Amino acid sequence: MEVQIVEQLKIEVKDLNFHYGGNIHALKNISLPVHQNSVTALIGPSGCGKTTLLRCFNRMHDLYPKNRYEGAILLDGRNILSNDIDVIDLRSRVGMVFQKPTPFPMTIFDNIAYGLKLKGVTNRAELSEMVERALRHSALWDEVKDKLNAGAYELSGGQQQRLVIARALAVKPEVLLFDEPTSALDPISTAKIEELAITLKDEVTIIIVTHNMQQAARMSDWTGFLMLGELIEFGRTDRIFTAPSEKLTEDYVTGRFG
Amino acid sequence: MTREKIRKIEGFVALFLSTLAALAGLFWLIFILGDVLVHGIEALRPGLFLNDPSPPGVIGGGLRNAFVGQLLITAASILIGVPVGVLGGTFLAEYARGKKISQVISVLSDIMVSVPSIVVGAFVYAILVIPVGHFNGWAGAVALSIIMIPVVLRTTEDMLTLVPWTLREAAFALGAPYYKVIVQVVYRAAATGILTGILLSIARVAGETAPLLFTSFNNSFFSMNMKEPVASLTVTIFQYAMGPYDDWHVQAWAAAFVITLFILLLTIAGRLIIKWRYK
Repeated sequence: MEVQIVEQLKIEVKDLNFHYGGNIHALKNISLPVHQNSVTALIGPSGCGKTTLLRCFNRMHDLYPKNRYEGAILLDGRNILSNDIDVIDLRSRVGMVFQKPTPFPMTIFDNIAYGLKLKGVTNRAELSEMVERALRHSALWDEVKDKLNAGAYELSGGQQQRLVIARALAVKPEVLLFDEPTSALDPISTAKIEELAITLKDEVTIIIVTHNMQQAARMSDWTGFLMLGELIEFGRTDRIFTAPSEKLTEDYVTGRFG
Repeated sequence: MTREKIRKIEGFVALFLSTLAALAGLFWLIFILGDVLVHGIEALRPGLFLNDPSPPGVIGGGLRNAFVGQLLITAASILIGVPVGVLGGTFLAEYARGKKISQVISVLSDIMVSVPSIVVGAFVYAILVIPVGHFNGWAGAVALSIIMIPVVLRTTEDMLTLVPWTLREAAFALGAPYYKVIVQVVYRAAATGILTGILLSIARVAGETAPLLFTSFNNSFFSMNMKEPVASLTVTIFQYAMGPYDDWHVQAWAAAFVITLFILLLTIAGRLIIKWRYK
């Protein structure tokens, strides 16, 4: 056998309910699988809970008081919502890229090295090597190799976003979360980021939230469609976009609303 | 009269009045600065910085004790005021963000900014001069730092609040604990603003006289002992300007010139930092 047919599950969401402080029931009984080394897209109209769901995977909601999870999210079989999980360790395994580029106010080099230093890498040579590898990985190396000591804000928006991806990749995460990573970028930068994400599949499992349905169709292997906090449909991307089984999904992907 | 004409007249009147107000303000400002400049430069001579005061009535002598004392007291007040102000501002903007206590402290420190400085002097007199039994330099430094703290605290709070929240989330997402996020990312993003606030607060306290009158008082001799009374430029200016000797008046002008120049330079430095950062 050359081709392995059975795909492994990296993450399993089981009956997840999420309440924001102030008791807004934002996610209702969500269950979905995330396959290893694949791209999973979460789509749906504004306010449907897709970003809320994404931010559960690295427990970003913990930053704000009174947010409450119920149910389970299994990462490699272990429930990351349980209390004994070290969120700092979790976040170094599950990286995140935000809607707007978020370079830190430091040099390009230091931006990438930041996560590595957090993990305790101090050897200068080792750092340089890992920074270079991360930048090559995110296809930014050729553009910045001569100005690693320049401030990160000197880069264009698209470059900044790739810098942020490189920063997330540098710590070798197992899962990478993208929260509408291209909504602030021009079409060329968007294309670069999409290409990049697809090539990254070999090493990381990707979950992407996007408003842009073409983007979901181009990039992802699996798609989940959410509405009003509920998962309406989940399946292979080509099936969701060509032969959805739910009427709501069909209406949304054909652009009848949303 | 047409409506257009009325508008033009209104515009002219508004322009005239506001120009007049600006000129009235500028006139006195330039008058004061010009006076200090003219008399001050005239009185400047190396001996002023190298000699201690001569006995009253004897021509000559300098203000070495006051220059050194001023630097000592100001430096000590920075050492006390800046850490408390920056850490307090950090508490308000980060750990207590959005909580009631944060708003209460913000309002209180806004009030503190405008408390008459002589009240601060009297307060420190009661807690640090009376128990010790005599005027001392540390009391002066504490009085100045009390004036400094609310300024630094509020600027720090404002500057930290301006740092976009997503920047913190990005650092959290890499697995950074909160204190590292603050020290390594947020402080860096707000550094110029905080630094400017610190410089302006130093400029503010460097010109204070009233709190020092009650605390560090004055010393006619050269002393670097902060446990004893310490001379300062502002108190010396007060004393010399009120004194009966012409030579004292001249030295007071020189001291006024030096301290004005110092504050001016600090303010310019503050502005330049803002410009350099946000060009």
